[in-house]
Amino acid sequence: MSAPYPTTPIHYWRAMRGIVGREMWRFVTQRERFISALVRPLVWLFVFAAGFRASLGMAIMPPYDTYILYEVYITPGLCAMIQLFNGMQSSLSMVYDREMGSMRILMVSPLPRWFLLLSKLVAGAAVSVLQVYVFLGIAWLYNINAPWQGYLLLLPCLLLSGLMLGALGLLLSSFIKQLENFAGVMNFVIFPLFFMSTALYPLWKIKESSVLLHLLAKYNPFSQAVELIRFALYAQPNPTALLYTLIAFVVFMTAAIIGYNPSKGMMSRRGGG
Amino acid sequence: MMPAVALSVENLSFAYTNKTALNQLNFKIHSGECTLLLGPNGAGKSTLFALITRLYDSRQGCIELCGFDVRRQSRRALAKLGVVFQQPTLDMDLSVMQNLLYHADLHGMDGKLARQRIQQELERLDMYERRFEKAKELNGGHRRRVEIARALLHQPSLLLLDEPTVGLDVPSRTAIVSYVHQLAGDGQLAVLWASHLIDEVYPQDHLIVLHQGSIQANGPVPEVLVAAQATTIHAAFDHFTQAGKP
Repeated sequence: MSAPYPTTPIHYWRAMRGIVGREMWRFVTQRERFISALVRPLVWLFVFAAGFRASLGMAIMPPYDTYILYEVYITPGLCAMIQLFNGMQSSLSMVYDREMGSMRILMVSPLPRWFLLLSKLVAGAAVSVLQVYVFLGIAWLYNINAPWQGYLLLLPCLLLSGLMLGALGLLLSSFIKQLENFAGVMNFVIFPLFFMSTALYPLWKIKESSVLLHLLAKYNPFSQAVELIRFALYAQPNPTALLYTLIAFVVFMTAAIIGYNPSKGMMSRRGGG
Repeated sequence: MMPAVALSVENLSFAYTNKTALNQLNFKIHSGECTLLLGPNGAGKSTLFALITRLYDSRQGCIELCGFDVRRQSRRALAKLGVVFQQPTLDMDLSVMQNLLYHADLHGMDGKLARQRIQQELERLDMYERRFEKAKELNGGHRRRVEIARALLHQPSLLLLDEPTVGLDVPSRTAIVSYVHQLAGDGQLAVLWASHLIDEVYPQDHLIVLHQGSIQANGPVPEVLVAAQATTIHAAFDHFTQAGKP
C-alpha cells in the first residue's frame, strides 16, 4: 500500500516527527558534538566575560531592574550565539556529500518541498533549544539566575530565533557549493552578525563609538533575536524584537525555498554525471 | 494485456549552463521489466535520474510516473518511486531499524504497518536479524541491501537504482543483481538500473544505451544485439558508444 493521497495531516505530522526525532537522536548520541557546542559559550562566559567584568560597567536598563554584572548581560547573547552557530552548521552541513545523500532521500519523499525544509529547520531549532537550556543550567550554577517564568517564556522565543537563524543558514546553503566555504561564512556572516549586535554590548554603548555601527547593530536581525531572548528570560515582552524576528524568519525562509526550488534555485545549477 | 507503464519519458532535454546533458529522450518502462540504462561516465545517466527524482526540473519534455507528471503532480509521482542513489544515503549513526522507520515516517506510514513492511523487506534480504545494528557497523554490501529494502518499504511501482554495485565485492554484487532481477520478475515492479557494468545485464532484460546525452539503442537485449549486429552485449555497447571515434 502506498501512502494515502491526497497527503493527510497525519502524514505531515509523521514526517515532521521523523525528521525532528532523527536530528535530536543524532545530537544526544554524538557526545563530542554536544560538548563542543557548549564549550564555545562557556569560554565566553567564564573567560571573556570574567575578564571584561571590571572594564564594562552596565547601567540599569530594561529588562534589568538593577545593576548587573557583565556575565549577566552577555548570557542572552551567548544563548543566541549557540543558536547562530547551530543554525549555520546544521544548514550548511547539508552541503556535505554525506548530508547531501540524506537530503536527497528527504527531497524525494512525497511532501511539499517547503514543508520538508521547514521540518529540517524545526529539527535544527529543537537541537539548539536543547543546547541553550543546558547552557543556562550551567550558567544558573554560576549564579546567573532568571525567574522561573522567564525560563518557560523563553521556550517559544528560542524556537522562533532558532528558526530564523536556521533559515538564514539554509538560504546561504542554497548558494554555497562546498563546505570549505564555511570559513568564509564565519568571516562574512557569523562574525559580523555577532559583533555588530547587542550580544556583547548594549546599543547605547555602541552609539557612543559610532552612529553607523549603532544603526547596523540596531537593524541586525541577530540583535533582535538577542533582545527577544533577553526580555523573555526575564519574563518581559518585547513585541518589536518578536515581530522583527518573525518577519526576518519569513523573509529568509521564503528566499531559501526559492533557492531549493528545482526549477529556480541551486538544484538547477548543480552539475551531474 | 500489456503491462502498465511505470515510467514514461517524452522528448526530454536538459542542459547545464553551457552544455547539453540530455537530448530528446523518449522511452517507456513497464511493470515487470528490468531495464538497464547503460552508458559510459558522463553519458547523462545521473542527470536523467536527477530529473526523474525531481532534484532538477526539466524545462523541455515530460516525465510521468504511473501517469503522474513529475513536475505538476510531483507528490503523487514521487509516492510511486523508490530510489537507491549511487552515494550512500543511510545515516551511519542510526540503526538499520531507525533508518527504515525514518523513511516510513517520510512516507506517512503508520507505525504498525511500517514495522510489518520492514520485517518483510529485511527478511527477504536476510537482514532482519541485524536490524538493531548501526549502519556504520555493516559492510558495503549489507548497507546496499538495507537501502534497497528502504526503497521498497512503501511498495513503489518503479525502483530506480543508480549504479548501486559500485565499490562492492563480487559476491555482494552478484547477490544484489540477482535480487533486483527477481523483484522485477515478480511482475509488480518496474526497475530502471543505471550501470556501466555490462555483466549486470541478464538476457531477458531491456536495454537503453545512453551516450553523450542521446539514446543510441532501446529494446530487449536480443533486439539491441541485432541492431548492433553483435553477438555480445559488450560488442553492442562498444558499437553504440564508440561510433564516430577514430
